[in-house]
Amino acid sequence: MSTTEAPPNTGTNGNSGYRWVGTRPVRHDGLDKVAGKARYAADLVLPGMLHGHIVRSPHPHARIISIDTSAAEAMPGVRAVVTGADFREPPPKGADRNLMCTVIARDKVLYTGHAVAAVAASTRREAKAAAEAIDVTYELLPHVLNIANAMADDAPVLHDNMFTRGVEPRPTEPSNVAARTVYERGDVEQGFAEADIVIEREFSTQAVHQGYIEPHACVVDCGQDGKTMIWCSSQGHFKVRSATATVLGWDTSQIKVIPAEIGGGFGGKTTIYIEPVAALLSTKAGRPVKIVMSREDVFRATGPAPGSIIKMKVGARSDGTITTAKAWLAYENGAFQGIAAMLGCMCVVSSYTLDHLYVEGFDVVMNRPVNVAYRAPSAPAAAFATESVVDEIARQLGMDPIDLRLHNCPSQGDPTPYGPKWPVIGLRDCLEAIRDSDHYQSALPSGQGRGVATGFWFNIGEASSATVNLNENGTATVITGSPDIGGSRVSMAIMAAEELGLDVHLIQPVVGDTEVVGFTDVTEGSRATFATGMAVVEACRDLKRQLCGRAAKTWDCDIEQVDWVDGAAVHGPGEHDPLTIAAITAGAKRTGGPLGATASLNARGAGPAFSVQVADVSVDNETGCISVERYTTAQDAGTAIHPSYVEGQMQGGVAQGIGWALNEEYIYTDDGTLENPGFLDYRIPVASDLPMIETIIVEVPNPSHPYGVRGVGEVGIVPPLPTMANAVADATGCRITDLPLSPPRVLREISAQG
Amino acid sequence: MSRTHVRTHVTCEVNGDAVDFLTEDGESLLNALRDELGLTGAKEGCGTGDCGACSIIMDGRLQCSCLIFAPEANGTQITTCEGLATAGELHPLQQCFLEGAALQCGVCTPGFLVAAKVLLDENPDPTETEVRYALAGNLCRCTGYDKIVRSVLDAGVQIRTSAA
Repeated sequence: MSTTEAPPNTGTNGNSGYRWVGTRPVRHDGLDKVAGKARYAADLVLPGMLHGHIVRSPHPHARIISIDTSAAEAMPGVRAVVTGADFREPPPKGADRNLMCTVIARDKVLYTGHAVAAVAASTRREAKAAAEAIDVTYELLPHVLNIANAMADDAPVLHDNMFTRGVEPRPTEPSNVAARTVYERGDVEQGFAEADIVIEREFSTQAVHQGYIEPHACVVDCGQDGKTMIWCSSQGHFKVRSATATVLGWDTSQIKVIPAEIGGGFGGKTTIYIEPVAALLSTKAGRPVKIVMSREDVFRATGPAPGSIIKMKVGARSDGTITTAKAWLAYENGAFQGIAAMLGCMCVVSSYTLDHLYVEGFDVVMNRPVNVAYRAPSAPAAAFATESVVDEIARQLGMDPIDLRLHNCPSQGDPTPYGPKWPVIGLRDCLEAIRDSDHYQSALPSGQGRGVATGFWFNIGEASSATVNLNENGTATVITGSPDIGGSRVSMAIMAAEELGLDVHLIQPVVGDTEVVGFTDVTEGSRATFATGMAVVEACRDLKRQLCGRAAKTWDCDIEQVDWVDGAAVHGPGEHDPLTIAAITAGAKRTGGPLGATASLNARGAGPAFSVQVADVSVDNETGCISVERYTTAQDAGTAIHPSYVEGQMQGGVAQGIGWALNEEYIYTDDGTLENPGFLDYRIPVASDLPMIETIIVEVPNPSHPYGVRGVGEVGIVPPLPTMANAVADATGCRITDLPLSPPRVLREISAQG
Repeated sequence: MSRTHVRTHVTCEVNGDAVDFLTEDGESLLNALRDELGLTGAKEGCGTGDCGACSIIMDGRLQCSCLIFAPEANGTQITTCEGLATAGELHPLQQCFLEGAALQCGVCTPGFLVAAKVLLDENPDPTETEVRYALAGNLCRCTGYDKIVRSVLDAGVQIRTSAA
């Protein structure tokens, strides 16, 4: 491939004047991935490595009376056994306790699949056999598996020191309600009085799993000096380091975490489960230990995203002006307190300008694995409620659903539902993009239904670091601390190419371990290309100043006379030929030595993300099966650095959202056993379930980022839930308020309608 | 600490090489490929034949290697993802996946490439629907399949063009 010709800029802004931003180079890590050479954590083998196996609770709620490991310890190949007693005592409450007790249960197990002990042995089979020989005696406790039961007055309480926060006066009795959150503005009763139409509905969604194809895996090697190496699959290796240190009571500086390629995360790999267990086994055995979760364990013990119950009441005038919204939200937190309901409250009416609102949310614990982030966490269920009710209002008023949303659309300077004012946002642009799309302008085929919906997600900044080194031959290495879960490395290289004026193929982007690059927060909140990209740009700008300085030294002139233009130092007065990066690095020994720059920052000004989507569906009246016939998504990327991977994020989010809407759900038996812990019974969309997913990249640049990046990873999953429900309502006349829209439910609803 | 596991000697052809290895009777072919032969391109996503990340071609047929006992491989011809490229040249599917951005995390990619090769070997001119059904045994959670399907269709065009 030529390294001098830039491919055409195929981003949608077209007018940017960028040479590399908006182009679609082949990703640098791609060849290894298509050749089967990319190294994931489960692929690593170390000399003398043992295999770990974790013993998990068969009960949803039980006190651990005793654990007898003697038989297991005597079995062939067994080198180490650990139980909760081998780990340090957790504090009585708080985030550290929740983490420590998730990694391994102490006095109680809180869900089926909760880790209680672990074995390391020479082979996987020996480890598994020994794990089965560990004898755990439990005293069974009554359990709760859903929001209604967990919130009941006489519910069994998971944590006897959990007193609901956000309630005055402070409750005197413990409960499963961890926290209450309220956002309010104006007077909702006045808002309803001003309304010509009021619609109130109750919605429910089920817990779903992120469904990354690679199960959690790690290899941990603890030296006799306490120095520990961890290779693992994670969205944030600095977080793995700090969390492992917290669980074990170790110093972070004794732990080095080396990120392997990550086989999908979607939020689910923003925490840890197995690394401290492997570390303790490795310490005990004096050998490296690998733990790879089974798919069943992934379902039973990691994730999920929460189920929810949301009551939504919205009032509107006959001209389509929404006068008020009142929402009651309860989200499953799993076994320990989370912030799902709080996030749901912040998101639930974010696509609308409202003078009057009241939003109240409850975070509820129960005997399920603790929630973990899943792509725009909490927003999809919240949007399902709001966007379904708004759709119904549009229908009753006879208004186009996009016109109604445009009529109530917030703009820069309007207050967000959660307090601050909106910065520059692209909701209106996304609505107009869908309205004007070929899809929306095309007549709906006979027998089908069409639905539209919007979605919002905050996006975040946080801490990022980058180092850019120039090599002797004028190429560059870009090292960041952000694990690449969807093509961020090539985006880093593109931004460096743009800054330096260097061909993107001459730049090698690398994800550095915890000892070669500065602290970097987890790849989450759609932040990598935004925040880490900002660090890359800052380091490149430092590097350009250095390059100009080297040119000034070469030319024996003032640095003020040197400009950086198109990848070369240019002498202002024109007395010297330009010096390229390669020319400067070739002579670097004479001008001050190697060139490199580092930037570390706490990124501010993440740009809020909006997406608007439209779907056409057909519903089989005999089976209740829904077919997605056509799907289009518009999303504000700010600026698309690599449009193919922006599209990929948009399409991936839509597919996950369609799965959530149509099929996916955790199904527990009454005794607390997860009935569908595998991909056969927990059915994620396959290729034959989906049409092409048409994408419209909207670019309303984020003024806080040097190239206008907003972050694109998450918001795409938000609209599909209501988009599907609205399309089914259009096709069948049935307003279904419970997900998933699985064939039995849809058949029941359309049959009931007659 | 004595072991009584019986190990079977297996001889087969993998990616054109004559290979042999020892394996326990209950071990999966996937684990044998990964642990005994170091071919870690095939992945275990589920271990139950539901995700296709372990897809291989065995005697011309697409198989989930996690569902095959390693001793069953005796005397067979196997192609894994590592065997798709020739020296210095990627298979058109690999090239199209790269150019079409058909991979994100990449963990399902080896399985998709193998499944798509079986399809295109049998039918180099598939419709979109045929591609979607041929790949329905392979799960991808990142891409929504759009760019995968397009890349397989593109590879079909390339293969047909070069054969013409």
